[in-house]
Amino acid sequence: MSTNELTLTPSQSPSLTKDKLIVSPTQTLGVVRRPVNTTGWREWLFTVDHKKLGIMYGTVAFVFFIVGGVEALLIRLQLALPDGRILSADKYNQMFTMHATTMIFLFAMPMAAAFANYFLPLQIGARDVAFPRLNALSFWLFLTGGLILNASWFLGGAADGGWFMYAPNSGPVFSPSNGVDFWILGLQIAGIASLIGSINLIVTVLNMRAPGMTLMKMPVFTWMILVVQFLLVFSLPVITVALVLLMFQRSYGATFFDVSQGADPLLWQHLFWIFGHPEVYVLILPAFGIISEVLPTFSRKPLFGYPFVVFSGASIGLVGFGVWAHHMFASGLGPVSVAVFSMATMAIAIPTGVKIFNWILTMWGGKIWYSAAMKFAIGLVILFTIGGLSGVTHAVAPSDTQQTDTYYIVAHFHYVLFGGMVFGLFSGFYYWWPKVFGKMLNEKLGSWNFWFMVIGMNMAFGPMHILGLQGQPRRMYVWTEARAGEGLFNFGFWNMVSSIGSFVLAVGVLFFIINVIKTTRNPERAPLDPWDARTLEWITTSPPKVHNFDRIPVVHHLDEFFHRKYVEDETTHTMKQVATGEELVRAEEAAADADIHMPGPSYWPLLLSIGMGVLGMGVIYGTPIMVVGALVVLFSSYGWVLEPSVPDAIDFDTPSTDGPTKEIAPVG
Amino acid sequence: MTTVTETHEDTHEHGMSDAGYIKIAVILALITALEVSTYYVDFGPLFMPALLIMMVVKFVMVVSYFMHLKFDSKMFSFLFYTGLGLALFVYITALATFKFFIA
Amino acid sequence: MADIATHDTDHATDHGHHSSTGLSNNKLAMWLFLGSECLLFGGLISTYMLYRGRVQNGPHPSQIYDIPFTSVSSFVLLMSSLTMVLAVSSAQRKDDSKTNLWLLITGLLGATFVGGQVYEFTTFYREGLGFTTSLFSSSFYSLTGFHGVHVSIGVIMLISLRAIIKKNKITGDKSEVVELIGLYWHFVDVVWIIIFTLVYLIPS
Repeated sequence: MSTNELTLTPSQSPSLTKDKLIVSPTQTLGVVRRPVNTTGWREWLFTVDHKKLGIMYGTVAFVFFIVGGVEALLIRLQLALPDGRILSADKYNQMFTMHATTMIFLFAMPMAAAFANYFLPLQIGARDVAFPRLNALSFWLFLTGGLILNASWFLGGAADGGWFMYAPNSGPVFSPSNGVDFWILGLQIAGIASLIGSINLIVTVLNMRAPGMTLMKMPVFTWMILVVQFLLVFSLPVITVALVLLMFQRSYGATFFDVSQGADPLLWQHLFWIFGHPEVYVLILPAFGIISEVLPTFSRKPLFGYPFVVFSGASIGLVGFGVWAHHMFASGLGPVSVAVFSMATMAIAIPTGVKIFNWILTMWGGKIWYSAAMKFAIGLVILFTIGGLSGVTHAVAPSDTQQTDTYYIVAHFHYVLFGGMVFGLFSGFYYWWPKVFGKMLNEKLGSWNFWFMVIGMNMAFGPMHILGLQGQPRRMYVWTEARAGEGLFNFGFWNMVSSIGSFVLAVGVLFFIINVIKTTRNPERAPLDPWDARTLEWITTSPPKVHNFDRIPVVHHLDEFFHRKYVEDETTHTMKQVATGEELVRAEEAAADADIHMPGPSYWPLLLSIGMGVLGMGVIYGTPIMVVGALVVLFSSYGWVLEPSVPDAIDFDTPSTDGPTKEIAPVG
Repeated sequence: MTTVTETHEDTHEHGMSDAGYIKIAVILALITALEVSTYYVDFGPLFMPALLIMMVVKFVMVVSYFMHLKFDSKMFSFLFYTGLGLALFVYITALATFKFFIA
Repeated sequence: MADIATHDTDHATDHGHHSSTGLSNNKLAMWLFLGSECLLFGGLISTYMLYRGRVQNGPHPSQIYDIPFTSVSSFVLLMSSLTMVLAVSSAQRKDDSKTNLWLLITGLLGATFVGGQVYEFTTFYREGLGFTTSLFSSSFYSLTGFHGVHVSIGVIMLISLRAIIKKNKITGDKSEVVELIGLYWHFVDVVWIIIFTLVYLIPS
């Protein structure tokens, strides 16, 4: 198949039906035919297309956002009044454990993966990621892990040791139910998904950039995602070790965290936080990347200090590996260790500050367009700064000793995670919705969405600073009048404000859901380039065709799309528009490549994930189940290895018979 | 390091011939023999440093020659040694907080 | 797993000429994976180093290790690295039969190593060192067990690769596949170089 024309023997010839070519798929292992469906549910189940996978990631992640949100609302209901009776102590422990675990591992990371999956290839001018089947495997493993984790609710109770699962509390003596086992297995499987994904995306960025796109011409979003993948690839193995040791203790009687045998509980803490700290940068950097696209676009100015933004992102990633024990200041490390980590933690505020300044200077002097996406982006800059400031107070070890394990810490991380990460993600929703779905989210509803979330967020988490300093501890299922303090502005007042705020926040999220539903029903199509954007992903149709670019673009500038639309006028030194987005896309269509082979769908990622799930459940429910799971994994692995990554031409793709636009041949 | 890098008749993409690999293997075997000898012979205060140095030398030789890292693009070295470096840093630091390196 | 090109993709990984760096996707992926494995084994090794002296029950390391025996199996694994690199070399010379021969020998040497580990573990167990006996025992078995599983997976991959080459069912660049399996195999050997010194030769 080395020429542009496909020559087939008569037995291989696709049969002609009406105007369409029908192909018959080849077989793997002599038994299993490769899937070839291009429509219907099977299209989604076996897809390896990064855009479809991105949508799947985003949908599942959003569902888990709601799950985690409901868990949060239950917590706030319990704490609204003294002697709360909504949740028992045991249920409360499960609730805060699962709220955090769900939000971090099943919402935030997969939602970032959704954006990365969809947009990273488009931003670098590629047609897919380096390893499309591994990409699908990452998604299905994530879903499997998420389901196992939440199955615990129905199978004897969820994990209840906090999302950081400190041992020996999480060991078999103090956490006898299977909840922690589900937690371990769910995270292990989801962790493998992220590890595979990180390798995939790093290779994609290194190797699949369009001609002319040097690393320093890549969009900032792509850069931040790249840094995140390096954080993941090197931090995930550490939590893998921690989870394995805990699993061996719980399921096979090992002694790793058994203090009576001489174990040191700090071993768990180190292993967990060596992963756990880079993890928080994994959570925030994608949001930083998103607003680094949004702020310039809606300020009608290029990003200020692009190299500084890139290098500070990389520095945050690197230094992020050196500060983990600031989560352990009160654990008995000793003054030398505490001092070292305290200083390192203060240092990491510097590159973050650099970014804040660059974002502000981007907006300075710009012609600001207060779209919903822009509001969320500006919201991030302000709210993350507040969260960062409380973070600096934690870096000072003596003050942290008072703050740790109080609600002051809860305030800090919700400002950076909700005000920072979630706002960044919502900015991304509004910014990129037209590209993904061909429709604009309603701006008015977006405004309601934004304001309810901002007000709700500050009502919910602002008072927590005060509550923490007033002495309310974390992870206590109830507070009493006796401990509430004197005067009007005590536990009672602030907890009530906080709980009301959480519901205001929930209403904000509801506005978003209403917006999505309304937009879906609205037949009005979005323009191709609604925001007059700057980066390559906009030189496509909305949504992009399956092969993304009709012709791989050649890149000459940072913000290549912008520079194709605008040229500097020599005399007035202002930017003059020479083309619209529509014109550029039509030009690409006219010059489309004649023959494009896209990777084909595959059963193996889904099947392998199911096998892993069964294998995991076998750890809890018995070795025979493990064996079954292992056999499915083995079978799927062989099937995978023997299947060519790009299908034979006879399997799927045909040379174009209908001109330059590429449509995949329908199955017969 | 020794001069085994000079032996390459068949170069194709990478820098060593089969004879070269066998030379590396012989050196590795000799170092291993020396390592094992520490079990039988008293090295005195040189015991720990000798073993650690020999371990590092064997590690670097296998990675550089058998895994071709010395002859391949620096990108591969960057990816691998970053991982190795981070591992050394975090785990030595963690062990240090356990006062592991204090006698 | 070639990157997407606008024409026939089967040879795309030959010299990586379709990729921005000129390097092969698969090889980059393998080195990244090995870099991450450093952190995995580092964690298990650190756990062992922390807990090696904590022997509430059962034998102490110095009472149980059989250095001569372990030295022999270390040597076996080391030699398997040589045979592996000879397999890669043969594959680069497109010599299928030599490749298969060296793959077989490497697999056999690896299996011998695993056999030695199994023998060692069962001997230790009979001498009173169970998985749950002490912190030392749990850490020891976890670390060397993880390594042994990695070797076993390597042996399975070697034998499978050999069978796939024989049946001529390789997808992608044959010599690259052999090279990548070789990288994995050498890494497993290199981890043992560390374990042999830190666990066996340096007494606690």
